[in-house]
Amino acid sequence: MATYKFKTPISEEDIRKLKTNDVLYITGTIVTARDQAHRRALEWAKDGKKLPIDLKGLAVFHCGPIVKKEGDKWVAVAAGPTTSTRMDIFEDEFIKNFGVRVVIGKGGMGKRTTEAMKKYGAVYGAFTGGAAALAAKAIKNVRAVEWYDLGMPEALWIFEVEEFGPLSVAIDSHGNNIFDQVAKTAEENRAKIYAKLGIGK
Amino acid sequence: MNSIEKTVEDTAINLLRLAVIQLPEDVKKALQHAYETETSEAGKTQLKAILDNIKLAEQTGTPVCQDTGTIIYYVKAGAQTPNLDKIENALTNATRKATQQIPLRPNAVDPIVGKNTGDNTGPHIPYVHWEITPGNELEITVLTKGGGSENVCTVGMLVPGEGMNGLKKFVIDTVVKAGSQPCPPNILGVAMGGGADIAMKLAKKALLRPLGQPNPNPELAKLEKELLEAVNQLGIGPMGLGGKWTILGVHVDYAARHPASFPAAVAFNCWAARRATARIRADGSVEYLTHKVR
Ligand code: SF4
Repeated sequence: MATYKFKTPISEEDIRKLKTNDVLYITGTIVTARDQAHRRALEWAKDGKKLPIDLKGLAVFHCGPIVKKEGDKWVAVAAGPTTSTRMDIFEDEFIKNFGVRVVIGKGGMGKRTTEAMKKYGAVYGAFTGGAAALAAKAIKNVRAVEWYDLGMPEALWIFEVEEFGPLSVAIDSHGNNIFDQVAKTAEENRAKIYAKLGIGK
Repeated sequence: MNSIEKTVEDTAINLLRLAVIQLPEDVKKALQHAYETETSEAGKTQLKAILDNIKLAEQTGTPVCQDTGTIIYYVKAGAQTPNLDKIENALTNATRKATQQIPLRPNAVDPIVGKNTGDNTGPHIPYVHWEITPGNELEITVLTKGGGSENVCTVGMLVPGEGMNGLKKFVIDTVVKAGSQPCPPNILGVAMGGGADIAMKLAKKALLRPLGQPNPNPELAKLEKELLEAVNQLGIGPMGLGGKWTILGVHVDYAARHPASFPAAVAFNCWAARRATARIRADGSVEYLTHKVR
């Protein structure tokens, strides 16, 4: 288990160094996107429209933050990760089209995303679910908000962050996925627990 | 506004603030213990982040998790309390104001048109569970229930002939299926009997019991211990990254069942177990039971 500190934009070479179970901290720009922002981004890409921000080398953060306006500035009050599986249907295309290097969320992602990460060079960083205060502390500035018409949680929030983390690398760019491994282990353990409790299948 | 209404409203706003910013001591203690005894590296990293986050939330007075949940109240109402009919309204107003003031994330969405009401209120929400008690005091508990842990709550209509083995299997299977989704480690409420709705109601209510307090019923205490050991052998671990702490505690309750049914319910609460309770006396004085308030 190694610890890495990367600055955005992150290169493919750096991303390929990461292995599952490593710990990653990011400094630079991360952009929130949930279901609706993913859907719209892919629609825009299909129509040849440019996104409000170039995501190349950046991190996309599955997060619906609480953001407060102080004067004319936005301040992130709480910004923990949301469940990533909902974005599974979009993420492979998203990585392919926009060149994001890190996907931050909680709960992990599936096969399609794992394959896209291997192919295009990206990782999944598990941020502690619920750790909103920790995330907010690392957010030094809310640079902009785009697509606010989608509502506060669904909008694209562009955050400038300093040592955002810890992110546990749970899917690396070599096809490894901790969540898959844990699910398999849990299946095996379940059979043993049944036996121990004297429960049939 | 009459005075009980005002007291209830102010107290509920305070409870919401306490609940979302400061976790109860029993939960913090259990998480600290989990951190100290976790064997997986990734699990330890995650538990450390949880503990850091809890401290930071208290220091900065910000919510411990950004999903400040669906707001549910449990009210024990002394039958002699005046103006009981005003309380539900006061709780709704408190919810609205707290959403603005703390702030809470607006989490009430119209299921048909998909529009967020923006203030955490809507039909039946906040939900109020009533219990009539003797006397003239009010006890109000707020549970702000996160969506990720709610999404894996499960009711099963089990086969009565399988008895307790069926129940154990159901609990283990439900935890396996939930996997990383509810931000483990979680607290589990388990209930059987009654009916589909009653089982879930009891399971959720069991989440209000502090961790580390053994069940007063020795049979259930034994079952709780057995279930806790079983689910923590699955190896799902903190945030589903592997490890020994998947569940911090199991709380069981039950009702009598119909001979032909064996309803069972498993309710998950977040490690960010946000609950707070206060008692309002007839003279209007307020005592906070779960949190120290200066
Ligand atoms: S499951 Fe609970 S702790 Fe996790 S993000 Fe949702 S509300 Fe927060």
